Amino acid sequence: MSKPTNVVIAGLGGQGVIKASDILADVAVASGLDVKKSELHGMSQRGGSVSSDVRFGLQIFSPMVTEGEADFLVVVAADQIEVNRAVLAPGGVLIEPSQIDATRLSNSKSLNVALLGVLSKHLPFTDEAWKTALMRNLPEKLHEANFKSFSIGQGR
Amino acid sequence: MQSEFSLLSGDEAVALASIDAAVTLGTGYPGTPSTEILESFEALGGRAQWAPNEKVALEVAIGVAFAGARALVTMKHVGLNVAADPLFTVALTRLDGALVIVSADDPGMASSQNEQDNRRYAVAASVAMLEPADSQEAYEFTLRAIQLSERFQVPVLLRMTTRVCHAKTLVRGGCFPIAAPAPAHFEHDFPSRVMIPAYAKPAHRRLRATLAALAAWNEDEGPNQLVPGDKSLGIVTSGVSYQHVREAAPDATVFKLGMTYPLPIERVRSFANSVDRCIVIEEGDPYLVEALRTAGIAVEGKPDAFRFGELNTARVRRILTGDNSPEPKPLPGKPPALCPGCPHRIAFNALHELDCIVSGDIGCYSLGVLPPFSAMDTLVCMGAAIGVGLGLRHALPLDQARRVVSVIGDSTFVHSGITGLVEMVYNPPKGGHVVLLLDNGTTAMTGLQEHPGTGRTLAHAATGKIVFEDLARSLGIQNVHVIDPLPDPDAFKQLIKSALEKDELTLIIARRNCLLAAGAIRQYERCNEQAD
Repeated sequence: MSKPTNVVIAGLGGQGVIKASDILADVAVASGLDVKKSELHGMSQRGGSVSSDVRFGLQIFSPMVTEGEADFLVVVAADQIEVNRAVLAPGGVLIEPSQIDATRLSNSKSLNVALLGVLSKHLPFTDEAWKTALMRNLPEKLHEANFKSFSIGQGR
Repeated sequence: MQSEFSLLSGDEAVALASIDAAVTLGTGYPGTPSTEILESFEALGGRAQWAPNEKVALEVAIGVAFAGARALVTMKHVGLNVAADPLFTVALTRLDGALVIVSADDPGMASSQNEQDNRRYAVAASVAMLEPADSQEAYEFTLRAIQLSERFQVPVLLRMTTRVCHAKTLVRGGCFPIAAPAPAHFEHDFPSRVMIPAYAKPAHRRLRATLAALAAWNEDEGPNQLVPGDKSLGIVTSGVSYQHVREAAPDATVFKLGMTYPLPIERVRSFANSVDRCIVIEEGDPYLVEALRTAGIAVEGKPDAFRFGELNTARVRRILTGDNSPEPKPLPGKPPALCPGCPHRIAFNALHELDCIVSGDIGCYSLGVLPPFSAMDTLVCMGAAIGVGLGLRHALPLDQARRVVSVIGDSTFVHSGITGLVEMVYNPPKGGHVVLLLDNGTTAMTGLQEHPGTGRTLAHAATGKIVFEDLARSLGIQNVHVIDPLPDPDAFKQLIKSALEKDELTLIIARRNCLLAAGAIRQYERCNEQAD
């Protein structure tokens, strides 16, 4: 992992975009990597488009993912895919809601975590590390539902 | 990476440093991207309070520093405009404690009305300035600012930007030891703190001497960093731009400035002389370029196109390669909007239907300018709704003047709308005036902060409460109405209509808690009642 890994998580205000990027950043920190995470607050919180950049590797400088250089684009709202597509690197991986059978999610609000489950298959972090990060970033009453959503995303 | 590292935003790192330095008081006014500093400071056990506005916050902080204690005052870039009056003169005084002023700039205007570059304030007010480039530096530079403030007995500006405030990067605390603060105390020192002309004249000379000493310190041991590299390209930079530079030009020689006023001119001069090509990469105004060129250092700057908006790695690559081709425009995302069910919606529907000329203000309700409401005609700065509305009334023919309404939120009203009401009573327009105060019981835009009108402190404990209707009546405003617009939007609209038909002064307070805050407000009220 000498080259930084660039992930952009996007969606709409209220969909847990920032929460998902917090969880991802937490896993990367716990795995001993340098991590930077950046998004814009303020106006974007009023139901508008939200995106969050997470970068990790041995040494990270800029907190922002450069357009055309994202290894992964995780989109929580289908209508936000095209708006964000340009951030993906050639050969970058798009992770989108259609990859999840929403009827299997006990709580539709955990789509963000289900998509992290999909992302996890591409990243070198252990299931244990993900589980710890989920627990650290979510209230206890939501743990079980989110573990399940994460597993669904992993294709289990 | 060891476990003592934690992933913190720059704002959280400033708060952590303030705790580690035993800062006596943190004060400020909420404003993106600075708001989280005081909230985090309070959460970590610090004493933090919201002031009615940035001017008052800075004045309180000055008093703390005059008492020999350590003060932190936080605001967004435009907040420093409000606090500029005390800023320029506190620079002349002699502090006994520490005064760190955080200016959180918003290049690219993610959530602001302009993208002013507050590095200019450091020069204009002659205040030393540090610029962190990530959260670790936000931590260290806060502590350094406290040290410098105490050593040189002057205020220090900690200038941050959106990506430094809000980006989360790894921080290791405890790495920058700082002496415990001296106990608070007061000694008379009239010439140092009473800025009548007789004392201010020598104080100005003293300030120039102090700045020279600060410049010498910055040359010798300032927090500046040389990154060795290929001598064919040398880059002078500071703040978050440094991070983009390291990505865009990993092989370049880089001189990273940590203290950008007063500048270590001779260090930069010898750096520039040591490389074949020397270019300055800075976000916003050409502040560094102008200062270096004035000192006779030949440096390249950036084309004017890069003065607008934030820099990023791609834009820095363009500057370095002289690529002036049009930049790709990001596709427009979904714009923000007033929440479904937001009480402001009723107000802007009414103003739209009544075809009002709306003098607006700053908050969530600024979104009233967008369709379907299209019901805001002016927005300048905090509190301007009332003054600008009065000016429109004075100048317009009476039939148009009678359509003018000033619209202002509760937190904004406390911040700088009260003096507007005073003006309205003192210089009333011929056809009267109507002010609509949208009181949603919180500072919604910045993330639901308390203010003096809520009667709760930053930490949501009960405290003194400013009652807007009592205040307005005491000022002599003829018609003061309090109405919840939600149950009967038509009655609310009729109230505005009838106020517009009178040649009198009217304040309508539309009182309904913000939907996002309502649950929490009920909780705070219950807790505070039990505490009584």
